[in-house]
Amino acid sequence: MKLLRLAPENTKFPFMRFRRVSYPFSAVLSLVAVALFIFKGMNFGIDFAGGTVIELRAKSGFAEVATLRGLGENLKLGDIEVQAFGNQADATLRFGLQPGGDKAQQEAVEKVRGAVETQYDVRRVEVVGPRVSNELVQSGTLGVVISILAVLTYLWFRFEWQFAIGAVIATMHDLLLTVGFFSITQLEFNTTSIAAILTIVGYSLNETVVVLDRIRENMRKYKKLATAQMVDMSINAVLPRTIMTATTVMLALIALVVFGGQVIRSFSLAMIWGIFVATYSSIFICSPMLIYLGLRNEDVARPAEEKAEAEAGTEIEYHGSSDAYAASMSDDIGDTPVPVAPKRPAPKAAAKPKSSARRRPK
Amino acid sequence: MLRFSTWKFLAIVAMTLAAVLVTVPSMLSPSTYEALAARLPSWLMPPTIVLGLDLQGGSHVMLEVDQSDLLSTQIKNLRDDVRRILREEKVAITGGIGATARGVQLRVPDAADREKILPRLRQLRNSFSANVGGQSPLDVDATPEGLVRITVTDTGLRDKSRKAVEQSIEVIRRRVDALGTREPSIQRQGDDRVLVQVPGLQDPQTLKDILGQTAKLEFRLVAEPGQNPAEVEELEQVDEQGKLPIEKQIMVQGEDLTDAQPGFDQQRSGEPVVNFRFNIRGAQKFGDVTSKNVGRLFAIVLDNKVISAPRILTPITGGSGQISGRFTVEQANNLAILLRAGALPAKLNIVEERTVGPGLGQDSIDAGKRAAFVGAGLVVFYMLITYGVFGVFANLALFVHIAFIFAGLVLLGSTLTLPGIAGIVLTIGMAVDSNVLIYERIREENHAGRSILASLDAGFNRAFATIVDSNVTMGVAALILYFLGSGPVRGFAVSLGLGILTTIVTAVTMTRMMIAVWYHYARPTKLPI
Repeated sequence: MKLLRLAPENTKFPFMRFRRVSYPFSAVLSLVAVALFIFKGMNFGIDFAGGTVIELRAKSGFAEVATLRGLGENLKLGDIEVQAFGNQADATLRFGLQPGGDKAQQEAVEKVRGAVETQYDVRRVEVVGPRVSNELVQSGTLGVVISILAVLTYLWFRFEWQFAIGAVIATMHDLLLTVGFFSITQLEFNTTSIAAILTIVGYSLNETVVVLDRIRENMRKYKKLATAQMVDMSINAVLPRTIMTATTVMLALIALVVFGGQVIRSFSLAMIWGIFVATYSSIFICSPMLIYLGLRNEDVARPAEEKAEAEAGTEIEYHGSSDAYAASMSDDIGDTPVPVAPKRPAPKAAAKPKSSARRRPK
Repeated sequence: MLRFSTWKFLAIVAMTLAAVLVTVPSMLSPSTYEALAARLPSWLMPPTIVLGLDLQGGSHVMLEVDQSDLLSTQIKNLRDDVRRILREEKVAITGGIGATARGVQLRVPDAADREKILPRLRQLRNSFSANVGGQSPLDVDATPEGLVRITVTDTGLRDKSRKAVEQSIEVIRRRVDALGTREPSIQRQGDDRVLVQVPGLQDPQTLKDILGQTAKLEFRLVAEPGQNPAEVEELEQVDEQGKLPIEKQIMVQGEDLTDAQPGFDQQRSGEPVVNFRFNIRGAQKFGDVTSKNVGRLFAIVLDNKVISAPRILTPITGGSGQISGRFTVEQANNLAILLRAGALPAKLNIVEERTVGPGLGQDSIDAGKRAAFVGAGLVVFYMLITYGVFGVFANLALFVHIAFIFAGLVLLGSTLTLPGIAGIVLTIGMAVDSNVLIYERIREENHAGRSILASLDAGFNRAFATIVDSNVTMGVAALILYFLGSGPVRGFAVSLGLGILTTIVTAVTMTRMMIAVWYHYARPTKLPI
């Protein structure tokens, strides 16, 4: 049986050369996202803005949107936002906080119910008071901030500090762009969207960790290779997996968008965007950050540890193709000549001038 | 790679079987489940998955103690206490007992009188509330000019509100139980809130109606013309236009009721009424009042509204009576429930309400199921055409993975919500990612010139570290979501967390086992991926 392959084999794409483009590009996108958030704002659902949502299904099978819109004026409830969705029978009414506190909210629901009861079934009623919505905003924001901090701490213990910073910057980037996505699409932002954002954070970190894991492995294996080339090599190595996984998750999400119903649609749409962004940022934001942060300079400062690691990392010999890989890659790039990676780790002295030469200006 | 101890093999098979067995009842239709449960012993029949209100329909209502109502009740009680002390100590004051924003004040011109009553007023603290962490619930201070002020402190009010919540929970439970719904959940939230969740409720309006009322029942005489205006207040009538002048003095209170039942008026119209019975104290008081006031109007006041004001024709000494007020059958029923359950200690406001009708709930279940089946189907198909026989292994592992998550939900008694379903679909993606990581690594090692066996071994070993790292990172996020989130977010976190835990067993160990068995029998000369 011929198996399907989406990713080309043995790619040698010089990802790191794009860092001079990807960084300004991402910076601009992030700024646009912030600007959108400030100037355009988000379509906050009643979880955050407070207010009432009533979902109706017309008994006649046809919801009269215009009549429903008129309710706001007739009942003196301010603006009623009427949205038809899915089929012709369903409509949602949404109106803001009523002056007069929690009691007035309940009275408003009563009025609407009384006005539509004969022609519509009330399928869902949600009322969130002003104080509750404030608390939801606070606990939601707290959740995002604390989970990022916790993940930062975990990565810092598990990897080198550069990895933790790279991962967190990539995650913040994804977070900003997701906020921008919600702002530009005006998808409703509610507690489920918080779940979406946290999932995107999780997916983004998962992507980043997979790439970083390979970088760490190769960092120990190919001591002499320039950092940029070593990073490129690592990304190319995990590229088939990245494409495969993104496609799979995407398939599941598309199923959610199409069949999952109204309530989780905005969740799923945000996730789809999040997967694009997370995949991009793990390659183009997090990985170059390691170069900027001078990933390998530290090795010089701790020779004993490095030796132990080097020995541990080369228990299984890596031969043939990988040497050719390094050599051919240097040709492709046409950069400074790169020493071919040796089968056994080079003595530390050999690595020293290399890494100090690459030290980034402070 | 090839060595797989027998006990490990058996352990995995046993776990899989157990998970499937635990999950099966939840997949059955309710009627089949009932039929089976009737025949099988209870320990053989695991509970079904608990569906969230968003899935099966129901009401979620958050109530909050009305602070201003609570405060005015406290001020009223304080005033009664002060009056009693003044009477007992025979102290004269100029003017009455005035109310301030947070308490009462009075003018005691005589210094000796002040010395007499101040210690007693300070003692009120103890009866007002038990020791509240060193903070006084009441402030009592007096100026040299003779102004005495008693103020309820923030601590005092908070303590009262906490107690009001505790008492309310009992009253609410009695009221909701009387509705005859199944498995309502009533929990306190923080200092001043109660969360009531009633799954599968057909008529959420009734729930709100009976929760929104304090149900403070009082029997008071209707004032006659020329009575002292200080003793009379105007109260609204429930059914008729205009207000009625009612004496402020409460003759008999609802707390003296022992029973209340809906019924029909036997003598006259046959309209729905509520029959009630008093305890001995109440019966005595009721008998006294009705004997002394034959011919006058006697008002039945509920939450400061006059329900009806019938004329006392003869003394009622039997200790039972009837409330009529042009009720519908349902109203009479609700009133009886409220009276039986007792009054709430303070007014409760609805600050959050989420009601999903049963129709929408069913639609959501259907949508969730459809999405899950299509999503899983797409993933399974995609794995199959990409990895062939290894894809079959991954898919089998995926199936067990899903069974594990459902079994976990059943065993934890955790509630499955719509975001929870989203979480499961996402975990499917994560589990597949683990297999993809392993398979791609195996390919890579194989292309690098290793033997099949060495590639398999290296693939699993090397991908494992990555899988652990990425899953722990996700796990950290799920954990924090669980502790900081509420409602839908929490449901999502539970599914995600369970999924992450089982990924290691299914996607790594199970797949490895299947590949080992396959290798043993197939003896491949070329890797099939």
